[in-house]
Amino acid sequence: MKSAVIVFPGSNCDRDISVALKKFQIKNEMVWHDESDLPKSDLVVLPGGFSYGDYLRTGCIASKSKIINDVIKHAEKGGLVLGICNGFQILIETGLLPGALLRNKKLRFISKNVYLKVNNVNNKFCLNYKGKKIIKLPIAHNEGNFFAQEKILKELEDSDLIAFKYCDVNGNTNEASNPNGSSKNIAGILNVNKNILGMMPHPERHIDPVLSGDDGSFMFESLLKSF
Amino acid sequence: MKISAIVTLKKEVLDPQGKVVNQTLKNMGYKNINNVRQGKYFEIEIDETNEKNAKNTMEEICKKLLANSIIEDFTINLK
Repeated sequence: MKSAVIVFPGSNCDRDISVALKKFQIKNEMVWHDESDLPKSDLVVLPGGFSYGDYLRTGCIASKSKIINDVIKHAEKGGLVLGICNGFQILIETGLLPGALLRNKKLRFISKNVYLKVNNVNNKFCLNYKGKKIIKLPIAHNEGNFFAQEKILKELEDSDLIAFKYCDVNGNTNEASNPNGSSKNIAGILNVNKNILGMMPHPERHIDPVLSGDDGSFMFESLLKSF
Repeated sequence: MKISAIVTLKKEVLDPQGKVVNQTLKNMGYKNINNVRQGKYFEIEIDETNEKNAKNTMEEICKKLLANSIIEDFTINLK
């Protein structure tokens, strides 16, 4: 399996994801945002960070960068796209995923481990979470408050496109277990064809049971399995 | 000519920064202030003599880049 990680000025999780991909024997290539052609890849990752210093709106300037046209083409052909944190914000700004990511409700940057409910395991990213309903991953963001109009939220629910929801240790999704004010406790969503996943939590930071935890590993194993 | 745009969050979108400013103004003694919405202001210099054309370009720019139509509204002003 081949992947490409897009690097923007201000990306800071690009090397973490590259280490994770390599650990799972995915052949990765780093691609600078100013390139116009993607190398041949099965998976494109938009990493976390603060692309272009979060100017204008988070992810906004990155969504107009040169390489994005090719990322959109790749996505439209059914290629896998994973956007983590700032990557999720970029996916939303490109229109590949619906909604918007607002500032956290309490205006604080949140950096902590959170419990997540895996809502949909029938996609290439989450296959291996089957039977593992509640997982723990880190979040580290200031703009992760998912917002969408009622109509869109209903579509996401009805079509089972919510991949992850913030919850507590028992799986309760409510206001108390919602760190940032996201509608319906949404932490990650899929597109209709389920080849694009955008999520605020960082699976690439939890791939080692000794150092952190390995709930992120399941995602990379899923990708390999589905390939 | 110079043309400007003000981008604000839509009424139904929570504006926590505006809320905090509102609360702070109240704490400072401005009891008669009821609501604050925070926004962004853009001033653009454009090579154009026709006002209508300038407005049309600005509208396009707002839709494509300056505002996110899901959460924000914009108003355009000629200076």
